Amino acid sequence: MAEKIDEAQVRKVAKLSRLELTDAEVGEFTGQLSAILGYVEKMNELDTENVEPLAHCLPISNVFRPDSVKESLGTEKALANAPQRDGDFFKVPKILDVGSGA
Amino acid sequence: MEQLSAKELRDRIAAGQTSSVEATMAVFERIRQFEPTIGAYISTCEEKALEAAADVDKRIVAGEPVGQLAGVPVAVKDNMCTTFGATTCASRILENFHAPYNATVVDKLLAADAVIVGKANMDEFAMGSSTENSGLKQTVNPWDTSRVPGGSSGGAAAAVAGGLCFAALGSDTGGSIRQPASFCGVVGLKPTYGRVSRFGLVAYGSSLDQIGPITQTLADTALVLNVIAGHDPADSTSVNEAMAAACDYLEELEEPVEKLKIAIVPEYTAGADESVQRALSDAIEVYKKLGAEITEIDMPHLDYATAAYYVIATAEASSNLARYDGVHYGHRTQSPKDYVEVYSKSRAEAFGQEVKRRIMLGTYALSSGYYDAYYLKALKVRNLIRGDFTSAFEKYDCIIMPVAPTTAFKIGEKTDDPLQMYLSDIYTIGANLAGIPGISIPCGFDEDNLPVGLQILAPAFGEEKLLRIARMFEKETDWHKRTPPIV
Repeated sequence: MAEKIDEAQVRKVAKLSRLELTDAEVGEFTGQLSAILGYVEKMNELDTENVEPLAHCLPISNVFRPDSVKESLGTEKALANAPQRDGDFFKVPKILDVGSGA
Repeated sequence: MEQLSAKELRDRIAAGQTSSVEATMAVFERIRQFEPTIGAYISTCEEKALEAAADVDKRIVAGEPVGQLAGVPVAVKDNMCTTFGATTCASRILENFHAPYNATVVDKLLAADAVIVGKANMDEFAMGSSTENSGLKQTVNPWDTSRVPGGSSGGAAAAVAGGLCFAALGSDTGGSIRQPASFCGVVGLKPTYGRVSRFGLVAYGSSLDQIGPITQTLADTALVLNVIAGHDPADSTSVNEAMAAACDYLEELEEPVEKLKIAIVPEYTAGADESVQRALSDAIEVYKKLGAEITEIDMPHLDYATAAYYVIATAEASSNLARYDGVHYGHRTQSPKDYVEVYSKSRAEAFGQEVKRRIMLGTYALSSGYYDAYYLKALKVRNLIRGDFTSAFEKYDCIIMPVAPTTAFKIGEKTDDPLQMYLSDIYTIGANLAGIPGISIPCGFDEDNLPVGLQILAPAFGEEKLLRIARMFEKETDWHKRTPPIV
C-alpha cells in the first residue's frame, strides 16, 4: 500500500492542483493529509478482488439529442463575470514567450 | 406568523386570510431582529421578495391561478445559481459572481410562486459539516448560539429553525441537508440521486450531490418536493418518467404504511453519544407501538463509507473545482507574472483551507501511481456498500439510525482536526454513496436542550413511502413543534 504522504509529495500535488502553498501550509497539509490517508486506508481490510468499481448509482445510459441550433447565452452575458476583458474576448496574460515560435 | 408551516401559510394566503406581503414583511422583520445573531444569510433580496409577494396577492384577489407555493417566503442555499444577487458558494473566489441563469430548482420555485427571500450561508463549496468553512460569514445554531448549525447547509437549516423563512432548499453530498436539519431540529430530505435536477447547482461531488427541502414539517417536505422533483433535459443524470414517474407526495402522506418492517444496525451505530442512542431507542419504541416489526441487521461494509466517501468526493471535487482558474469568472490575482500564476495564485488567494485540502486529497487520489490504491479501491467499496443497502431493502421497508453521532457541537471544537470533522458524517454518507433517499426528522432533545434527529433511509425512488413512514412518527410526537429559545 502507498506510504503516507511527505512534504515533497504535497508540493507535487499542489503543483498539479495549481495551488500556490506557503511553507507553513505545506507543513500543515502534510500532517493532515497523512492522518486522513491513514484513516482512508482502512478500506484495505476489505477484499475487493472480484468487485466491480461503481462510479454511478443509477442504471443510466448516455443521453442523446438531435444536434439542433438553440439559443445560447450571448456574448455580453458570457463575458459579464470576466475578471478582465478586451472587447468581445477574455483577457489573459500571454501564454507564449516572445520568439518561442510554434 | 412564524408558527405556521409553509403549507399552512400557503393555504391561508390562498384563502385570503393573510397576504403574502404581510408574511414576507414579517419574515424580514424577523431577519432584522435575529439575523445579526444567527447569520443564516449571505444575501437577502427584500425589494424583489416584496414585489413577488405583491404580485401573488394581486393574482389571488383577481381569482387567477397561482402555484403550489404561492406567496410562501423561502430561502435557497447559496450554491444554487440565481440571476438576481450573487451566487457565492460562500467562497471568496465567487464573492462577486452573478450567475447568467437560474438553477432549474430556482426556476421551479419561482414558477410555483414561492417568494425567495435570500441566499443561505454554507460551508465553502458545500465542503464541511458545521458551516464554519464559510469564507464569508459565521452561522450559529438558533438553539444555542455558541454551537454550530451543522453543515454544509447550515444557513438554510438555521433560517428554517429561526423562523427567518418558511422553508429552504439545501444540497446534500455526504449529509449536508440531514445533519444540519438534525442539529437545528427541523426536517431535511436528501432525495434519491437524480430525483431533482442539479442544473445550476455549483458542483462539488457530481455523483453524490442532490438538492432537497429543509422544512418545519413533513407536509412541507412533500409540498416542496412536489415542486422541485422531476426530469430536466438540462441535467442528463436527472431521472426520466420511465424510471421514476412523478407523484404527488402530499396525496398519500397521511396513510400509514401497513405491516411496516424496519431494520436497525446496532453494531454500526453503537459509537453514537448516549443522548443520541436514547432518542433512537425512544423512536424505535414509537414505531413498535405503531405495529412496526423491528429487526437488527448487520451491514458489514457501512463502516467503510466515510473512507470511500472522502476519496470519491474529493476526487470529483478536484476535477470540478479546476474550473476556478481566474480566467472566465471569479477572483483573479493582481499582477501575475505569467499565466500559471493566474491559476495558482488566484486559487491560493481565494480558496479556504478546507477547499484546498480536499482539492489536494482528490488530486493525490487520482494521480499516477495512487489511482488504483485509492480511487479505484473506493469505487469498489462503494459497490459493496450499495450491496448492503440492496440486500437490506429486499427484506425491510426502511432502515433507521441516528443522523449524526452527536448533537450540535461547539463552534471551534473540531476546526483544528479535519478528520474528526469528517467523522461527524459517518451515518449520512452511505445514502449518498448508494444514491438512496434519506431523511432527518426531529426525535428528541439531549440534556442541553439540543435537538436530536432520526434518520430514515429507503430504497431508491422510495420517497413517497419514506415520507409516509416519517409522518407516522411525526403524528405520534411533538418534537417538531418545539422552537428554539432565541425565537
